[in-house]
Amino acid sequence: MQRKLAWQFLYDMTLARQFEQAAAEQYTQGNIGGFLHLYPGEEAVAVASLHAAEASDYVVSTYREHVHALVRGVRPAAVMAELFGKATGCSGGYGGSMHLYDAEHRFLGGYAIVGETFAIAAGVGYWLRMNDLTHVVLCYFGDGAVNQGTFHESLNMAALWKLPVLFVCENNRYQIGTEIHRHSAVPEVYRRASAYGIDSRRVDGMDVVAVYEATRAALQHVRAGNGPYLLECETYRYRGHSMADSGAYRSALELAELRARDPLDGFRERALAEGWLVAADCDEIDSEIDRVVADAVRFAADSPQPTDLGASVYREPLDLYGGRP
Amino acid sequence: MTRQRNDNVGAIGTARPAPELEVWQALNIALDRAMERDSGVFILGEDVGLFGGSYRVTQGLYAKYGEWRVRDTPISENSFVGMGVGAALAGGRPVVEIMTVNFALLALDSIINMAAKLRYMSGGQLQVPLVVRMPGGVARQLGAQHSQRLEHTLINVPGLRVVVPATAQDSYWQLSQAIVADDPIVVLEHEFLYFTKGPFDAAAAPPPMHAAAVRREGRDVTLIAWQRMVSECMNAAAQLSARGIEAEVIDLRSLRPIDLPLLRASVAKTHHAIVVEEDCRFGGAGAEIAATLAEASYPDLRAAVRRVAASDVPTPYNLELERASIPRTQNILDAVEELAGSTG
Repeated sequence: MQRKLAWQFLYDMTLARQFEQAAAEQYTQGNIGGFLHLYPGEEAVAVASLHAAEASDYVVSTYREHVHALVRGVRPAAVMAELFGKATGCSGGYGGSMHLYDAEHRFLGGYAIVGETFAIAAGVGYWLRMNDLTHVVLCYFGDGAVNQGTFHESLNMAALWKLPVLFVCENNRYQIGTEIHRHSAVPEVYRRASAYGIDSRRVDGMDVVAVYEATRAALQHVRAGNGPYLLECETYRYRGHSMADSGAYRSALELAELRARDPLDGFRERALAEGWLVAADCDEIDSEIDRVVADAVRFAADSPQPTDLGASVYREPLDLYGGRP
Repeated sequence: MTRQRNDNVGAIGTARPAPELEVWQALNIALDRAMERDSGVFILGEDVGLFGGSYRVTQGLYAKYGEWRVRDTPISENSFVGMGVGAALAGGRPVVEIMTVNFALLALDSIINMAAKLRYMSGGQLQVPLVVRMPGGVARQLGAQHSQRLEHTLINVPGLRVVVPATAQDSYWQLSQAIVADDPIVVLEHEFLYFTKGPFDAAAAPPPMHAAAVRREGRDVTLIAWQRMVSECMNAAAQLSARGIEAEVIDLRSLRPIDLPLLRASVAKTHHAIVVEEDCRFGGAGAEIAATLAEASYPDLRAAVRRVAASDVPTPYNLELERASIPRTQNILDAVEELAGSTG
């Protein structure tokens, strides 16, 4: 592996881990409201798959999408400011944690109703295919989303018209508190793709290198005009579903087993052992991330509140009451 | 599923501009011209392509523009409307046809949670130039699941616009305006009106999309309606005229927003208003129109704004009961009588 890529993997996974930790702290302090779904444990999936993609590809994600936005290139300060609901946030303070957007980076959100991403991704894919464009849409979803009708409806259409969509399942085993064997008759998500003739595979989602290689192969498949592909990444979230959930339905043993396979620690050790990185790189990354995350929090705290309640509901304001407020 | 027999599958040119056109033909021309002008305009929906559209609206377009721009979809309403949202985000101008308003209930997540909210939630970065067309209303003995109206739900959603053309000319104008607009717009069409004829001039300059139209001027009472109820009001107005009561009939054309200035101007003249709607009375669009008008025009009104609306029942299959469930001319005449009585 090239040093540059190894450095990026470690940098982004460290950023992901520390950013989310800071978000949890800010939530606890009351600076972030609403629902907050964090990503620790799952970092390898977003980091590897998005590094395998091109900047011109589109990304559609769920409500657990801070890290997808960060890896995509959205500034940490702009993401943190959005969590704070500030005007400088990447959605101007109108979206919040679950609704991050960045048109410039082709980051299309940020969907908080489970299963919406499938149809959005299929629609972008339809537009790309209709116009003979070579970009791909990366569509993220959790294991809980595969029992929504839109999963089946959209996979059917994506396969039928050979749409350039890479469906990336972040299988963290839990639909909030319901473990996958209790919510899915077929718990191997990748097998479901065969119902629509879609090629698929399962990969160890705790291994950033494995996810990267699997994603590259999958993207090649899609870009070659073979239609959609489904990549299932077996991963785990260390925290509860959201800040409101302690995750008490999981055993300490299970959590310990998965933490022992931590994607960040595992990659750091491997990178050092393989000689991709040296110890000084790790230290440099750690101190750089400390600074970036602290800056992001400070920027968010210092930023102004949005003040225009009715901004951008429509292109042109709609007058419902004949000129009266 | 409702299906109209279509003998002209794939034929082009059956819908040329003419002095008089049926509503479906006007919609067809609007789509054709929009697709000619802008290669980003495309159609998604059930049986819109090879079949030509359940009400012929997309007839001939599949042959002319091909399968990618006139796409027959599987029966997956929520996802193909969601696809329209996705394609719109990427730069397209999709026109999605939902075969009937009843099936739109399966697609409300895509319409309400996504199309309507994305511009706002993204702080104005994204836009969803999506048109969703859907026929609705009470047609003829289609049963409760195929005879609904959805105005009440859609007009309550910030981010949406809802237009309700009743005539061939308005259908052409408003669909054309909706396609070039940058916001999601629901075009409610009426199953009973598709094959009604009206004057049509493609070259005429359109009024604003949300502007209401005065269909008949009068000094005594304002009748406010849309789609099928406009003709009921016109019938009532003709009969009232014979009794010396001059009713002003307003075709709203748009339900979000409504043309409140026009309504207020009319009421300032007539001092009486009745909203006539085909939807159920309780919680219907008519309630909103009546309340908004009452608040805005209170000093001008000599009596409470009245409503004539459908019975609060699922639409029955039996023909006589079905007819009795929605407003007829006589119900409007009765309401005017009561209004006259209440104000002396």
